Amino acid sequence: MTTMPTTFFEWVFFLLQQYGGIFVKGAVVTLLLALVGTFIGCLIGFVVGLIQTIPVGPNTGAGKRVFYKIVRWLLDAYVELFRGTPMIVQAMVVYYGSMSVFDIDMSAMFAGFLVVSINTGAYMAETVRGGINSIDPGQTEAATAIGMNHYKTMRCVILPQALRNIMPQIGNNLIINIKDTSVLNVISVTELYFSSKSAAGVYYKYFEVFFITCVIYFVMTFTVSRILRWIEGRMEGPRDYQLVTYDPMHDPCGHFPLPTIKKEQEK
Amino acid sequence: MEQDKRILQITNLRKNFGDREILKGIDFSVDKGDVVCIIGPSGSGKSTLIRCINFLETPTSGDIYFKGENVLAKYNDLSLYRTKVGMVFQQFNLFSNMSVLENCMVGQTRVLRKDKESARQTAMKYLYYVGMADYINAKPHQLSGGQKQRVAIARAMALEPEVLLLDEPTSALDSEMVGEVLSVMRELAEAGLTMIVVTHEMAFAREAASKVIFIDQGVIAEEATPEVIFKNPANPRTREFLSRFNQNN
Repeated sequence: MTTMPTTFFEWVFFLLQQYGGIFVKGAVVTLLLALVGTFIGCLIGFVVGLIQTIPVGPNTGAGKRVFYKIVRWLLDAYVELFRGTPMIVQAMVVYYGSMSVFDIDMSAMFAGFLVVSINTGAYMAETVRGGINSIDPGQTEAATAIGMNHYKTMRCVILPQALRNIMPQIGNNLIINIKDTSVLNVISVTELYFSSKSAAGVYYKYFEVFFITCVIYFVMTFTVSRILRWIEGRMEGPRDYQLVTYDPMHDPCGHFPLPTIKKEQEK
Repeated sequence: MEQDKRILQITNLRKNFGDREILKGIDFSVDKGDVVCIIGPSGSGKSTLIRCINFLETPTSGDIYFKGENVLAKYNDLSLYRTKVGMVFQQFNLFSNMSVLENCMVGQTRVLRKDKESARQTAMKYLYYVGMADYINAKPHQLSGGQKQRVAIARAMALEPEVLLLDEPTSALDSEMVGEVLSVMRELAEAGLTMIVVTHEMAFAREAASKVIFIDQGVIAEEATPEVIFKNPANPRTREFLSRFNQNN
């Protein structure tokens, strides 16, 4: 048998050797929960944010107006409910509630994805709403003036600009999710915190194990934060532009002759 | 014959914002090839009027006829009508997430559903016309005010509208850049494009307009050729406005 480690670093090394696989698996589950949860949460947020910014003008029909009102009320209720309760409690309610009330036997993992997604969605809905409202109304006017409807205006003009503005907030949410999925240990999702707890229990080496856990969490969040910065930089686009002084389509006859052509057609 | 020439007719147009009456019954018509300049003191309702013409503001009452047909009755979807009535804004409002070229293409590809290549050709045609073809890769925030406004004109023209509305196109520009935009507008006028221009550029109105409309307190106070308006206005309010204007300049 090998001799037992004595110093702190020997223990860390020993635990890594023994439980390396468990740590890796836990980290993968954590990352997966955070990424998928944030992604689906963003989708939910965009849909909710979009619906809440549909303009209701004097031209909107009465039926439509009532419909929008009800949908908006429901969405508001969703946002307030899921922002206003802790995720750890939501996990318990969703996981055990679905079993005892609706007789749905969902896996802990599925419940985990569900809770993270709808929780993030509630926060993202507000972020997206803010992002859309922050865009100059002139952009919407210009889009309307060239004949775009609400959907096209959002899709081509407003959302691309809003997305760039809310990128930092999406990054925030992703990092928060990497850390906060640890609360899912209460429904036995084998994410990093849960795995660490099991590993720590074996030798009663809580400090050493959670030191490792700490490092893993930090490496994950730091990497993600740098990657997001890079993506933000990419979205900015180049700072300079190139003049295009030669274009093959340029009319070889020189000054573009449209006006006269148009006049002749009219006559 | 008369009817064919008439491209826009506005009858008894009213617009209230809450209790405030901004437009109190406006009637006028625009013929093909007309350049109508709308002048008047600030707050008189000029911008509201031009914004009502393409329904960026919904008129409280009154009708707008485009080529003899009531717009609200004929066009269920105002998109189609709006592609025929282009608009240029005081604040340019170029799409800041798109390059100059994309700005001029997006309406054609997304609204008129033209294919990319022909949209590009049309966009380039008008960008050459306004002298911005070299800048197709630039983003709006990299351009000067005058350049932005010229791109905005190209963007509106790229849909090949039958009427172009310009809402104080030079008011947000440094005096240095006003000239380049005005010269594009002059060329468009000479080319026979129908335009309605809200402007404070009296020199432009005098030279290029076929008709000048003076709006005061929500009504048309005077409507006449530029010669009459600027040399011999019938309405004392017009005279007062113009003399105040000349003093200030």
